[in-house]
Amino acid sequence: MKPTRTTLQSDRLINAVIRICGYSSIVFVTLILLFLLGEGLPALRVTSLRDLFGTIWYPNEALYGILPLIFGSLLVTVGAMLVALPFGLLTAVFISEVAPRWAKEGLKSLVEILAGIPSVVLGFVGILVVVPGLRRLLDLPTGLTAFTGALLLGLIAIPTVVSIAEDALNTVPTSYRHAALALGATPWQTIWGVTVPAARSGILTAVMLGVGRALGETMAVMMVTGNAPVLPTGLGALFQPVRTMTATIASEMGEVASGSAHYQVLFFIGILLFLVSLVINVAASAMTFRKRGRSERVLS
Amino acid sequence: MKRATAILILTFLLLAGCASDSGAGDASPASAYIQNKGSDTIVNLALAWAERYQDEHPEVRISVTGGGTGTGIVSLINGTVDLANASRTIKTEELENARAAGFEPVEHVIARDAIAVIVNPENPVQALSIEQLAQIFKGEINNWSEIGGEDRPIVRLSRESNSGTHVYFLESVVRQGNSDDKSLFASNTLLLPSSEGIISEVRDNPNAIGYDGLGYVTPEVKVLGIIQPGQPEGVLPSVETVNNGEYPISRDLYMYTRDEASGALQAYLDWILSPEAQQIVSDLGFVPVKQ
Repeated sequence: MKPTRTTLQSDRLINAVIRICGYSSIVFVTLILLFLLGEGLPALRVTSLRDLFGTIWYPNEALYGILPLIFGSLLVTVGAMLVALPFGLLTAVFISEVAPRWAKEGLKSLVEILAGIPSVVLGFVGILVVVPGLRRLLDLPTGLTAFTGALLLGLIAIPTVVSIAEDALNTVPTSYRHAALALGATPWQTIWGVTVPAARSGILTAVMLGVGRALGETMAVMMVTGNAPVLPTGLGALFQPVRTMTATIASEMGEVASGSAHYQVLFFIGILLFLVSLVINVAASAMTFRKRGRSERVLS
Repeated sequence: MKRATAILILTFLLLAGCASDSGAGDASPASAYIQNKGSDTIVNLALAWAERYQDEHPEVRISVTGGGTGTGIVSLINGTVDLANASRTIKTEELENARAAGFEPVEHVIARDAIAVIVNPENPVQALSIEQLAQIFKGEINNWSEIGGEDRPIVRLSRESNSGTHVYFLESVVRQGNSDDKSLFASNTLLLPSSEGIISEVRDNPNAIGYDGLGYVTPEVKVLGIIQPGQPEGVLPSVETVNNGEYPISRDLYMYTRDEASGALQAYLDWILSPEAQQIVSDLGFVPVKQ
């Protein structure tokens, strides 16, 4: 069929619209980065790098040491991943490989519902149930700790990990599984030895995005971690209060005079968060691209 | 804090909705709007005043939100509110910002507030001196047994550093009113984003010690007495002990206007100092301004 002139024109128009949408997201990210740099980099002029990476955060007295905040975020995020990865990946394997068809659909929608619960609501559950519960269970001085935050964040990151890992497992060709079974592997050997390794890069993407989700979460963390800017020392710090970068920005941005040193330092923290999530996302997409290359090689 | 703010905004949207429905018949549209924002300590009081005042003066609409003293003053400087509630006096740099924006903020003392030091009801400690409180919050005393309590670690709770209550407590308790003293809260002091957060942690946790405006204290927590030098017994906060100066941790509460108030705003501020409005102050657990 020969395309008429009008279909060609509308084709071109739609192409243009799609192209604008695609490029505009790049433009927005660039503008956000420029804005962050413009507002945050002057922080280096008002406080020295040494002060900025000091160990005391008390902006009322111009003490802008962000190390406790960085380690706070790190501690809570690593803790969250220790919760979300095993649960998320095993749930994905179960949904994709083990569960019967009817359970599969039900579980998938349940995971989506979990993804839809606002983090503030989880924060309430955290304050009313998890905080007093953990304090009694583990005999801690207080239940408002990094560990509490990590548990809740893990719960928040699980849906991200599950849905991306499950997609990755689904894209593994059925012929792989059939071949493994035909060679005499048990279903478990097939999953562990063939399907999961074949979906490895997609699963790594899931891990990366889960990390990004946990690092950027604010509200639930602010409600349950106690927000004390202590520099964590050792593993025991998991059971002490911490203050994360996101919670600091959220709770202090409302009160600062725009253009003040405190304001610039908060934006500097924003730059750090932006850079970390940029690295995570670039790493995740690099893995996705590498995966496509390899599967093409396998199929050819 | 966020939740409280949202509820207040919703309440006022509802109230405004009801008022405009009923007001449509007698055709008296509001002629004055007052935007009021700031200290979370004052927000309930400001809300009660606004409700009563609007009942008596249907031509005036007042919207009240919280968010903290710092937030309120920034909004006043930005021009988004007419009246900022503050639980501390305006800071020098805030004053400079206001002058840079082209106005001179005017301070109005509207009520007084006692800061109650609170612990869990299971805690046997009844009273502490300011000196002991300073040592606790600086991190020099870390176990309740050092001050006559059980062998339990002390968990310190404070409001976030943008709260006027935080600043007042730092200056008058942690630094004991000495402006050369540069002590800070111990770094492991938990900074909770709301008064409710402090009350609920103290209610649940026998290790905790916190402080909060007397108006926020619920019967589920125990208020500590303050032992003055040379006196054997602690003084509990109340209207009498604050007004006769026996209870030491109390402060004035303020409202700030952009310049000298006029018109509806001035009328509202005058009404706030009337006996009727000051009665609401004591009903809510604050201390009326002495006339």
